[in-house]
Amino acid sequence: MTFRGEARLWIAQRASAAVLALCVAVHLVTIVYAVRSGLTAAEILQRTRGSIAWFAFYSLFVLAVTVHAPIGLRSVLSEWLGWRGRSRDFALLLFAAFLGWTGMRAVLGVFA
Amino acid sequence: MARHLKVSVWRGGADGAFQSFEVPREASQTVLDVVTHIQRALDSTLAYRFACRVGMCGSCAMMVNGVPRWTCRTHVDKVARSGFLEIAPLKNLPVIRDLVADMREFFDKWARAKGEFRGHATRKDDFAKVRPDSAPRVQADAGIECIGCAVCYAACDVVSWNPQYLGPAALNRAWTLIKDERDRETLERLRAVAGDAGCHACHSHVSCTERCPKQLSPTAAIAGLKREVTKAVLHGDL
Amino acid sequence: MRQHPSYWAFVVHRVSGIALALFLPLHFWALGNALHLDSFLAWTQQPLVKLGEWLIVVALAAHLGGGLRVLALEFLPWRNWQKSLAAAAAAFALAVGLAFALAL
Repeated sequence: MTFRGEARLWIAQRASAAVLALCVAVHLVTIVYAVRSGLTAAEILQRTRGSIAWFAFYSLFVLAVTVHAPIGLRSVLSEWLGWRGRSRDFALLLFAAFLGWTGMRAVLGVFA
Repeated sequence: MARHLKVSVWRGGADGAFQSFEVPREASQTVLDVVTHIQRALDSTLAYRFACRVGMCGSCAMMVNGVPRWTCRTHVDKVARSGFLEIAPLKNLPVIRDLVADMREFFDKWARAKGEFRGHATRKDDFAKVRPDSAPRVQADAGIECIGCAVCYAACDVVSWNPQYLGPAALNRAWTLIKDERDRETLERLRAVAGDAGCHACHSHVSCTERCPKQLSPTAAIAGLKREVTKAVLHGDL
Repeated sequence: MRQHPSYWAFVVHRVSGIALALFLPLHFWALGNALHLDSFLAWTQQPLVKLGEWLIVVALAAHLGGGLRVLALEFLPWRNWQKSLAAAAAAFALAVGLAFALAL
């Protein structure tokens, strides 16, 4: 990859981090609230199903994760496993696609 | 205070080993004093570097109990745990012999990061008028006291993990030149320091800043480089 | 080179990031089976699963705290208090972990 591409990856990583900071904060509050309230599955799904706002929010969450996690792993793979080059980047692209697919499947399952 | 120090010193090249010596303990003794004593009184074949011995040149930099330091400015009392010292050549650089590290790669990376001032004025032009309190000059001044001792380079884990990484000193130097308003090579410099081998590989461990004997902050300089590269990429300049 | 707070902040940030990257596909897969959520929720009442969930929440909070530290170091003008950010990140992670533990 060119230094330009690597600089763009860094920017994408920081931008997605900013988005995730907000998403994670909201998510943690929501989860702690749900657990403390002792909500059952039916009660949770009643609140989440058909909610466009929550659907949009969690879709954005999944998108940000799809960008952030693979770029984060990229440094770990090169620095701690010595895996560099095209094969590593291709594997991470596959991982990103996998995260996106399973993520949207989850979002549809809970919010659609 | 015990009368003697147990000192373990690296001997040989990369495939060498530690050798033990017993050195008399003195008041106000520095680690350089210990190394000097070993070479003069115990084993004249010991190879090591020093020059000023007063904390100005950085030549005596070595690993002391696993931490890179200027040995002339390291008091034994501060680092000898239970009377024991381990002295080795600077980390992340090839060993020439004993305590002498091969500094070539360190300076090659300095050159690769374009650590050379390039002005465009001639003798016919007037002096450049640089306000010392201007923001860029204050930022440059925070990093220009670097004497290239390689302590930060030896302290950096990313240098250990990423052989191409230019390292804190070279990147700090690039930053001081980018902040120098007389220099006109900013875009070239940003191209040289961007990417996996450059500023973007820094994970802000802050070990460099922690260990710098001149209290410089390569971490801050590298953060500045990241911001400048980002601006250049977003403006389409890079 | 290892005994200072910023280095530990990095290690926690990286290890928690790896843990999250490994956990998320499982998390997504489980949620994708939301139709069977009740029986799945029953499974999550097991102590080991609860411990795992707690670790994941702490990892998330730790990673967020560490990430905020990195963003502050990289985008804000350099100040000495930035060294204390590592402590702030740790405190934040602990707080979230406790909140979640109390809720479990």
